[in-house]
Amino acid sequence: MTIASPRLVQTLRTGLFGTRANTLITVATLLLLSQILPPLFRWAVLDATFVGDATACTREGACWAFVTAKLRFILFAFYPTELIWRPALVILLLAAILTASALPRFWGRPLLVAWPITILACWLLMQGTFTSTPIASNQWGGLPMTLFVWAVCFAAATPIAMLLALARRSTLGGIRTFSVLYIELMRGTPMVGILYVAMLILPMALPDALSLDKMLRAIVMITLFWAAYIAEVIRAGLQAIPTGQREAATALGLGYWRTQRLVILPQAFRIVIPGMVNLAIGFLLATSLLAVIGIFDLLNAARASAADPQWLGFYNEAYLVVAILYFVICFGASRYSRWLEKRLASGGKHS
Amino acid sequence: MSDRRVFRTAIVPGPPRPDTFGKIRAWWGGWPIGQLAFLAALAFLGWLFVSNVLGTMARVGILPGFGFLSSSANFEIGESAIAFRAGDTYLRAITAGLINTLKVSLLGCVLATILGVVIGVAGLSRNLLLSGLVRWFIEITRNTPLLLQLFFWMALAKALPAPRQAPALFDAIFLTNRGVFIPSLSLEGAPFGILAVFALAGALGGALLLALRLSGRLTRGTGIAAVVLPIAAILILLAFSGARPVAQVPALAGFNIRGGLNLSPEFAALLTGLVVKFSALIAEIVRAGIQSVGAGQWEAARALGLHDGQIIRLVVLPQALRVITPLTTSSYLDLTKDSSLAVAIGFPDLVSIINTTANTTGQSMEALIILIGAFLTINLALSALMNVYNNRVALRGSSR
Repeated sequence: MTIASPRLVQTLRTGLFGTRANTLITVATLLLLSQILPPLFRWAVLDATFVGDATACTREGACWAFVTAKLRFILFAFYPTELIWRPALVILLLAAILTASALPRFWGRPLLVAWPITILACWLLMQGTFTSTPIASNQWGGLPMTLFVWAVCFAAATPIAMLLALARRSTLGGIRTFSVLYIELMRGTPMVGILYVAMLILPMALPDALSLDKMLRAIVMITLFWAAYIAEVIRAGLQAIPTGQREAATALGLGYWRTQRLVILPQAFRIVIPGMVNLAIGFLLATSLLAVIGIFDLLNAARASAADPQWLGFYNEAYLVVAILYFVICFGASRYSRWLEKRLASGGKHS
Repeated sequence: MSDRRVFRTAIVPGPPRPDTFGKIRAWWGGWPIGQLAFLAALAFLGWLFVSNVLGTMARVGILPGFGFLSSSANFEIGESAIAFRAGDTYLRAITAGLINTLKVSLLGCVLATILGVVIGVAGLSRNLLLSGLVRWFIEITRNTPLLLQLFFWMALAKALPAPRQAPALFDAIFLTNRGVFIPSLSLEGAPFGILAVFALAGALGGALLLALRLSGRLTRGTGIAAVVLPIAAILILLAFSGARPVAQVPALAGFNIRGGLNLSPEFAALLTGLVVKFSALIAEIVRAGIQSVGAGQWEAARALGLHDGQIIRLVVLPQALRVITPLTTSSYLDLTKDSSLAVAIGFPDLVSIINTTANTTGQSMEALIILIGAFLTINLALSALMNVYNNRVALRGSSR
C-alpha cells in the first residue's frame, strides 16, 4: 500500500488540516471519538470473556462465550437439532437464488420459473417432509424464518403489485379507483396494524375449513401489504415510458395485454429494479416486526436466546450478532443496488 | 370595431358538451360490465369475510359495534397526557394512546429534522474524518432494523444508573434508569384562560404574517412587527394577571429526582430510536438535495458578489428544498407509522392500547378499524399539510 502514499498523504493533509476550520473540526471529532471508542474497545476486547460459561462472564465486558454457546439458537431457534441441516440448506438455497437474481446475466424466463420452485423446495425442507415427524411452523425460527418469509412475501407481492400498478394507470374508472383506494389504505397503515389484522381478524374472517397457522396468516397479510409499496415503485417505472411506445405497439396491432407484456413492462422493470432492491432491503429490515406477534424471526430468536436462564441478560451481545448479520446483508445489497443503477444507466442495451 | 363582425360569422357549432351521465361513462371507461362484475366479486368477498367475523363474534357472545367504547377499561396506562385511571372508559384510554402517538411522532419529526439537517450538512464537510464518521453513522442506522435499535435503546435506558448515582449534564439533565429528567418551563398561577390567550396571540401573529405575505407587503419591518406585537401583548397580559413563567430544574432529593420534566425510559428510548433512525434518512435526503444544486449555481452566485450565507439562503436552499420537501414528507409519514413499534418496548401508544383493548373486550375488528382509521387520518392530514408547503416551495421556484 505504499504506492499511493504521497498522494494519500496529500489528500489526508488537505482533508484533515486544510484550513483552520478543518483542523478545528478534526480535533473536535477526535475528541468525541476518544470519548466513545476506548470504553467500547475495553468492553468488546480487553474485559471480554471469550470462552467458558455464564459464570465466567463479567458485567464489565462482553461475553463472547455466550455467542459461541447460543449462536445455533440465534440462527435456527427451536428447530430440532438433529435436522438442522434442513434450515441450513434453506439458507443456502435462498442465497443461491438471490445471487442468481442479482446477476443480470441470469435475468430471463428460467429465473422466473426457478423462483417458485425454490420457494416450494424451501417450504418442503422446513416442514420436514420425508421425515417421520412433520415440523410445524411454530418450531421454525431464526435466520431461515426471516429469509423465508421475506422471500415468499416479496416474490408473491410482485405480481400482485404489477397488476395494481397497471390498474392504477388504467383507463377503466372502477378498477383504477379500487387500485388507488387499496394502495393508499395499505400505505397509510403501519405494518404492526397489518400484523394484528393477521393475528386477530384473519382467523375469524376465514371459514373454518380454511384455518391457517400464524406464520401463513402473517405471510398472506404481509404480501398484500408489500404489494401496495411495490406497486407504487412499478408505477413510477410505467410513468417513465413515453406514450409513443404504447401508440407504436397499438399501431402494430398488439392488444392491451400483449403491449404491456412485450413492450411496456420489460422497459419499466429495467427502470425500477434499483428501486425494488431498495424496497427489498427495507422489507428485510421490516420482517423483524414479526417479533411483535410472537414469531421467532432472527431478532426475536436473539432476544429469546438472552432470556435463557443459563445465559440470562446478555442482550447486548445477542443484538450485536443480529445487527451484524442484518448489516452485512443490507449493506451488501445497497452497494449492489448502487452498482446496478450505474450499470443500467450506462449500458442498458444488453438483453 | 368592424373586426368583430368577422369573428361572429366564423362561429360554428362544436360537439355537444357531454352531460353528467356522459362524463361518468367516459370516466368509467371501457369494459363496463366486466368492471362491475369485478367490483361485485370483491364486495362479495368482503361481505363473506365480515359475515364470518360477525358469525364468530356471535358464537363467542360478543356484540359487534362501538358500544364498548363507553364501558370501563380495567387496565392502567403507564403514562398519559390526560388523566387516566383503571375504570375510565375505553374511549378515554384510546384517546390517551392517540395523544401519546401524536406526541412522540411530532417531537420525533421536529428533532429528526434538526438532527438530520445537521448531520446531512456535516456529511458534506470537506473534512475527511467528519464526513467518514457521518457516512458510517448513516450506513449503520440505515442497515439495521428499527426494532433492533429500539431494543438497544431500551436496554441502554434500563442500564442507566439509579437516580442517586446518575451523572448530571450541566447540572440540569439527568439520565437515570427511571427515565430522563430535563428542565421544564411552566406557568405558575396561570388560569386556564392564559393558555387560550397564548394560542390566540400565536394564531393572530401567524395570520398577520400570512396576510402580509399574500398581499406582498411582507418586508423585514412589517415581519418583525407581526412577530413582536403578539409577544408584547402576551407579556403585558402576563404581567397584569400575576402569572409568571417558572423554569424548573430537576435536582436530586432523597432517592429520587424532583422537579423538571420526567421522560419515562420507554418514551425516551422510543423517541431516541425514532430520531436517530430518521435523522439518518433525513440527512441522506438533505445531502442529495444540496448536491442536486449544481456547482455552477455556487460559482454564478459568487460572481454576483453574494457571500456564502446569502448563497445558501437565496440560491441553494430554494432549489434544494424542492428536492428535499417531498422526500422529507414521506419520511415524516414513515416516522409516524413506525412510532407504532412502541408496542414492542412497552410504551402505551395508540397501537398498544388498541391491542390491549382488542384482547380485553374481544372487539378486535372494531379496535383495528379505529387503529387504521386513526393512522389514515394522521397520514392524510400530514401529507395534505406538507403538500401545501411543497406547492409553495415549488411555486416560488417556477414563478421567479
